[in-house]
Amino acid sequence: MYRSLSIDPDKCTGCLQCEMACSYEYEGVFNPAHSRIKVFTFHQEGRFVPYTCTQCADAWCQHACPVDAIRVDAETGAKEIKENLCVGCKVCTIACPFGTVNYNHDRGKVLKCDLCGGDPACARACPTQAITYVDGDWAGYEKMRAWAARTDNATHA
Amino acid sequence: MRHVIVGRGPAGVVAAETLRAHDRASEVLLIGDEPGPAYSRMAIPYLLARQIREEGTWLRHDTTHFERQRVGQLETRVEALNAESKTLALANGTTLDYDRLLLATGSSPVDPPIEGVDLPRVHHCWTLEDAHHIMESAEAGSRVVLMGAGFIGCIIMEALKLRGVRLTVVEAGDRMVPRMMDQVAGNLIKQWCIDQGIEVCTSTRITRIEPGDEGLWLHCEPGEPMQADLVVVATGVRPNVGFLQESGVEIGNGIRVDAHQRSSVDDVYAAGDVCEGASWQGGRGVHAIQPMAVETARVAALNMVGREATHVGSLDMNVLDTLGLISVSYGQWMGVEGGDSASLLDERSGRYVKLRFDGDHLIGGITLGITEHVGALRGLIQSRRHLGVWKKHLMENPTRFMEAWVSTVP
Ligand SMILES: Cc1cc2nc3c(=O)[nH]c(=O)nc-3n(C[C@H](O)[C@H](O)[C@H](O)COP(=O)(O)OP(=O)(O)OC[C@H]3O[C@@H](n4cnc5c(N)ncnc54)[C@H](O)[C@@H]3O)c2cc1C
Ligand code: SF4
Repeated sequence: MYRSLSIDPDKCTGCLQCEMACSYEYEGVFNPAHSRIKVFTFHQEGRFVPYTCTQCADAWCQHACPVDAIRVDAETGAKEIKENLCVGCKVCTIACPFGTVNYNHDRGKVLKCDLCGGDPACARACPTQAITYVDGDWAGYEKMRAWAARTDNATHA
Repeated sequence: MRHVIVGRGPAGVVAAETLRAHDRASEVLLIGDEPGPAYSRMAIPYLLARQIREEGTWLRHDTTHFERQRVGQLETRVEALNAESKTLALANGTTLDYDRLLLATGSSPVDPPIEGVDLPRVHHCWTLEDAHHIMESAEAGSRVVLMGAGFIGCIIMEALKLRGVRLTVVEAGDRMVPRMMDQVAGNLIKQWCIDQGIEVCTSTRITRIEPGDEGLWLHCEPGEPMQADLVVVATGVRPNVGFLQESGVEIGNGIRVDAHQRSSVDDVYAAGDVCEGASWQGGRGVHAIQPMAVETARVAALNMVGREATHVGSLDMNVLDTLGLISVSYGQWMGVEGGDSASLLDERSGRYVKLRFDGDHLIGGITLGITEHVGALRGLIQSRRHLGVWKKHLMENPTRFMEAWVSTVP
């Protein structure tokens, strides 16, 4: 069983440490604009929701890729972009119903969460344990996937 | 049990892998008439732009992949299907039996009905072979005319431009990508192309192509004749169903399939560009796009191995990069009667969003200049989410679609 990112929005204070850590991990700079995890702020409700890829088992992005550039890491189960193969066509960005695969202009490639190879920087950086990296498939993922599964064109009867 | 798949494009390949994943024992055979390893048409623009080599277009990079999956491959053309005897007549003179058959033969470009389209240096841009012809003639400084500014035309426009050619685009419709973008977005894309040094003639038809001493002469209406070293034709495609004429398989605009991707004939399925199936919004249609090719292929394959899977209908979705200007369209971006519409145009930043609603459901949309979280539009449309209070927020500011999605996930 793979480990997964567990997100508890109720604990999130909106400090954006996760975004900073993610950006630093990948780009070497502290710039939330480069982060693969995003914290959404709902001012009226005073609510913060960190959000990133759920590493679906049957991943829309992976199926849609025309050149086999999205691969499953055997150890973490993460769906990873192979930059040397990605042609930057962006089909994965429209196929993923979670909106968590994004195109990066400067690189001409797409970006998505790959669980940092098994030691996610966002979870390490979160001071309130709103993001943790836990054993087993987190139930929250299941809910999200079930939700997005309603988008699946191949719903099993 | 022998599963036979005709067509080695994305639909055929994904179906073969799905069959194997769920059925270790049966024989799986993949037949295709194009030479070389299975490849993706979608990667052709990047080959033209010299961003990848031919290997970069392959659907699977491990050359032993199909062998390891025990998927047999046969390079030949299927000439006819006899559904009664459950056999295929092959171009190499032999016949082949099948137990279950998947037709994934894709589509082919259609020639516009004008004189001169068969001249040398007039090419489609559909296969790797076409790409090689284009690469021979599209050198820096050469004069290239692109016929058709639809989705495929616009996709290869960027690649041609990156080869350094002098490019003119001729489109019969009144704007660019007329079936994917509204007037506002289509015109913004047109202006953008003009700014990038491409000559764009909309509402213009090429009526005849003639050979000349120095290249080809193209006669236009309206307008003066123009000269070209190369003409690339991208004026539409049609499903490859010719070999099914005597087969009894029901054909509409493509091979007609039900929600399980079954054709009208027992044990014959169809998927990808060649099939006409249910559309997400109701009704039927041919949805000739990569994501739907692989999704219909998965459904077909699951049913072929006896796992009932249902296709809930194909949602149109396209993303286009026109020399750096990125546009996306989903579903019923043109709207429905009585439905609300919200749009926001920021000319300074070149960003545009338009959303279409039916009651408090999102049913389609267009974005221009936006690369972040666009997939959430799909999530919102296909989960048929009641937007509730978010309908109002989105009417006020349609760029907030990702927040709408995040806040509606339980
Ligand atoms: C330049 C270009 C860019 C594109 N860009 C995009 C894009 O950005 N996004 C997108 O969604 N889509 C894009 N498309 C469309 C996309 O490539 C198709 O939707 C996709 O290839 C469909 O897959 P398929 O497997 O159904 O058919 P195909 O890929 O066409 O494969 C069918 C195969 O079957 C073979 N075949 C046909 N008849 C027979 C026969 N009788 N016997 C044996 N073999 C046969 C064909 O030769 C072909 O190899 C693009 C297409 C082109 C040409
Ligand atoms: S953008 Fe890259 S990873 Fe995404 S579908 Fe295209 S080639 Fe594959």
